[in-house]
Amino acid sequence: MVEHIHSDGEEPAVTLDAFLSQSNATAVRLEPDEDARALIPHLDRLALIEVAFPKFRDGRGYSSARILREAGYAGELRAQGDVLVDQIAYMKRCGFDTFAPEKALNPADVEAALARWPEHYQGAADGAVPIWKLRHG
Amino acid sequence: MYKYDEYDHAMVDARVAEFSDQVRRRLAGEITEDQFKPLRLMNGLYLQLHAYMLRVAVPYGTLDSRQMRMLAHIARKYDRDYGHFTTRQNIQYNWIKLEDAPAILEDLASVEMHAIQTSGNCIRNISSDQWAGAAADEITDPRPWAELLRQWSSFHPEFSYLPRKFKIAVIAADEDRAAMRLHDIGIQIVEKDGQHGAAFYVGGGMGRTPMIAPLIKDFVPLDDMLSYAEACLRVYNRYGRRDNIYKARIKILIHELGADEYRRQVEEEFKHVKSLGIDPPKAEFDRIAAQFAPPPLDASAPDAIDRSDPDFAVWVDQNVAAHKAPGHAIVNISLKPIGGIPGDASSAQIDLMADLAEKYSHDELRVTHAQNIVLPHVRKADLYAVWQALDAAGLATPNLDLISDIIACPGLDYCSLANARSIPVAQKIATRFSDLGRQKELGELKLKISGCINACGHHHAGHIGILGVDRKGTENYQLSLGGSGAEDVSLGTITGPGFDEDGVVDAIERVTDKYLAERTEGERFVDTFRRVGMAPFKEAIYG
Ligand code: HEM
Ligand code: SF4
Repeated sequence: MVEHIHSDGEEPAVTLDAFLSQSNATAVRLEPDEDARALIPHLDRLALIEVAFPKFRDGRGYSSARILREAGYAGELRAQGDVLVDQIAYMKRCGFDTFAPEKALNPADVEAALARWPEHYQGAADGAVPIWKLRHG
Repeated sequence: MYKYDEYDHAMVDARVAEFSDQVRRRLAGEITEDQFKPLRLMNGLYLQLHAYMLRVAVPYGTLDSRQMRMLAHIARKYDRDYGHFTTRQNIQYNWIKLEDAPAILEDLASVEMHAIQTSGNCIRNISSDQWAGAAADEITDPRPWAELLRQWSSFHPEFSYLPRKFKIAVIAADEDRAAMRLHDIGIQIVEKDGQHGAAFYVGGGMGRTPMIAPLIKDFVPLDDMLSYAEACLRVYNRYGRRDNIYKARIKILIHELGADEYRRQVEEEFKHVKSLGIDPPKAEFDRIAAQFAPPPLDASAPDAIDRSDPDFAVWVDQNVAAHKAPGHAIVNISLKPIGGIPGDASSAQIDLMADLAEKYSHDELRVTHAQNIVLPHVRKADLYAVWQALDAAGLATPNLDLISDIIACPGLDYCSLANARSIPVAQKIATRFSDLGRQKELGELKLKISGCINACGHHHAGHIGILGVDRKGTENYQLSLGGSGAEDVSLGTITGPGFDEDGVVDAIERVTDKYLAERTEGERFVDTFRRVGMAPFKEAIYG
């Protein structure tokens, strides 16, 4: 199940630059204009990647998330920022497993949104079996 | 025609439920208009000057009579008894109440229709050749390819918040009836070594910076098509400009990178995407293609047409096109009566066209990007009966591709972005050239009008284009010549200073007079323009 709030007391995520230049940090924050592929050599030592959504209309983070999952990243992938209930089902399909919305979401709406889609037309990063595969076994 | 299976039904039903819930939350004030806007747009709901406008998707422009009747029903029940067919092969309703939208979407879902992704910064309804499956010159029916793309692009989780809207067209003939290269992705199905594949043209578009899409890949095999499209979109989603809405279309990205660099990035992404297994097996294409199998046409249908009624003969010559099967024809119904509103049809007219499709065209209709309707599979022996019924309903104007077959956007009569009105200008031009003999003398002449630089009326692609601009608060019209949205695709050139509403009609008359004086045997207007250039026309207009 998806978690909607992140826990206190975790290691703060550092910026991509800081992460790449130093560090032994295990949590990194990716801005929309930063290249998710820069993290690929380091995925096995990361526990958290936080993808920033400063504006919900800026959809670059969806590609970042898929690229990270497609590269085999198995740690926590968090959508942070202007994260609204009407986007989280797509975010989950792109591989996000936690959400840190700036404005708290109504839990009932979240549940409804995540339960909305019975199936999916296309393959993505959530492991869902696409409809064409269901049709042809 | 494609028929939904249980999965398609479940997806559309889920979307209706989702949007009903979103409307409920909006009406209850739980979400702001700013948050609601992209959601309603992805469901085809625009806020216009006076009311909401609902845009209903007609995938690749294909409809059956049951669906067409539902469009009439919606016009009657929820709007003012008419609908407006658009350049994206869709239909729009101009007077919708937000509260009614969920009920309308439910009505649509009952006939396998929806308004999904007809608006918003997502992959829009896929458009295609309105003669698909009937045209004498196609190498195959492009619609199974378009349907594959429709399913792939519906509720695409990665590509629903793109920098800007994204339009795809698919054709399968050398004659381009869908303005393919003026789309974000234009696909032409071509043949190589006995196999069909997709040629990808990427980065076309109109708007304030019109561009013709360059060829990015000459042959993508069927098995790779969705991966290739995914790669094209991912590069765009990551690198398309988001700092300036006017530079956010993919055409700007490709223009700034250059087609070669964009291609390189796509090819690299494609190598990766191909490993993800997102392309459906051939069996899925075959399942879809089987549903587009040609209708059971009458093999012994006679080829002769009784032309003894002269009005009928005029209409046959202008509005009826060659079908691939002997004894059959493609009927083009003009929604451009002289002095009417281009693309508008009343509920009664929509019902009548549905009846004719059911009776005479194997239950199929098409919407064209020129805002007309097509009955694709009519026996030649039935043409006279079809014509009589159309004529009685004011639908037999014999002006296909003539100067009065005008594409016009809604303009200032409806649109909040407009600088100028489009509809009255279209009406004045059609009225000035109402004499059919004169129109036929001028021959093929594609006239297109947009009420502002967004170019919804395709004015850049008009043999004659008109653009409404705002000059110090008064409506003013710029004229351009020499554009084309067909296989001879080109962008028009502005003639010079603009005109007022009557002035632009006068200027067009001077332009067409000049054409008649300059043309050589067999030349269309646009051919003459290309041969002699702007100077003689400029001289004729401005003296
Ligand atoms: C409320 C009414 C409408 C609004 C606010 C609107 C808005 C826009 C805008 C902003 C653009 C420019 C997009 C860009 O360049 O990035 C555009 C382009 C376009 N619109 Fe509309 N539009 C409206 C109605 C229509 C209608 C009725 C049609 C069809 C008849 C239509 C078809 C198109 C087409 C074909 C383009 C050009 C596509 C391209 O640039 O590739 N629009 N519209
Ligand atoms: S071209 Fe301009 S005026 Fe016409 S519909 Fe589009 S946005 Fe409105």
